[in-house]
Amino acid sequence: MSSIYERFRDSIRSEVPVALATLIEGSEVGAKLLIEESGTSFGSLGGEALDRVVSRDAIAMLEAGVSQVRHYGPEGEARQQELSVFIECHARRPHLVIFGAVDFTRALASQGKLLGFRVTVCDAREVFATRRRFPMADEVVVDWPDRLLERVGNDLGPRDAVCVLTHDAKFDVPAIVGALPTRVGYLGAMGSRKTHQKRVERLLEEGVTPSELGRVRSPIGLDIGGRTPEETAVSIVAEIIAMRTGRSAPSLSEGKGSIH
Amino acid sequence: MDEIFDDIERWIGSGEKVAIARVVDIEGSGPRDPGAAMAVNARGEVAGSVSGGCVEGAVVGEAIELLEGRRKAGITSFGYSDDEAFAVGLTCGGTIHLFIEELDW
Repeated sequence: MSSIYERFRDSIRSEVPVALATLIEGSEVGAKLLIEESGTSFGSLGGEALDRVVSRDAIAMLEAGVSQVRHYGPEGEARQQELSVFIECHARRPHLVIFGAVDFTRALASQGKLLGFRVTVCDAREVFATRRRFPMADEVVVDWPDRLLERVGNDLGPRDAVCVLTHDAKFDVPAIVGALPTRVGYLGAMGSRKTHQKRVERLLEEGVTPSELGRVRSPIGLDIGGRTPEETAVSIVAEIIAMRTGRSAPSLSEGKGSIH
Repeated sequence: MDEIFDDIERWIGSGEKVAIARVVDIEGSGPRDPGAAMAVNARGEVAGSVSGGCVEGAVVGEAIELLEGRRKAGITSFGYSDDEAFAVGLTCGGTIHLFIEELDW
């Protein structure tokens, strides 16, 4: 039978979401409970009731991707402090979906990989959407944006991002319309202010509401003056990070608050 | 943690004891988030990190004490140290809480 460490290691290596709970204050310091996304667990922190409560909390934390110390009573009671349990979560990698297999896509896909995203590149034109052009992507899909989003849209959440880089209304409009009903945390579309204005008109014709349009970041990226595909990619991933953390993204040297 | 498994495997494979230190909590500014981990063997070899290099040296000392049975598994904290004190600490002003244990599970 595998040890808890071996199960933990194997889950992380094969990218299966997993949480490891360790009793760090209490009577059995070091006791372990390994929790899988399905709720299956291995090991024990010292009692069935405690294990049950910690498993439930760990599954919720796995979805959010946070690791932290939680406090419990001996039977897992909330609002008690006798036991401290460190719950370490290894969530699924966030997903970056890029529509449009253009030059900017290469740089953005590489930046996305650098930040730990699982990267999907999608374009309906099979001459562009090739594995050879995007060797860094986890998957290259030849399909229409709305059809890909029908398949993966339900799995998109607050840590994920959709970037629409085609600046061709034929692809952009179905990509944005398809992404708006999802829970994706970041939705950006490339194009000048003029291009975006035309796109907005098309989207409104498609029945998108003005408040839904507020979710679309366009022109895409932070204002760092980027011009090349690589510089633009940096400005886009910086905006993705700032959106997730809720920061407004001025230079740290001009502020006074905490940097984390 | 992924990046430290290869070293851990090699050490365990050659019959060595391994200690693991993990960031469990930070107060104020801290360089690494909870979950950051480093592994240490009894010869003081290190894989991974728990800060920006501020406390790793002290963690190695704690880990060796643990592997030699001179301390128990538990929480060790490092806070702010100013230049004059020369104590081990985080120059960024935060406090970092680590859980240090032997990898025997």
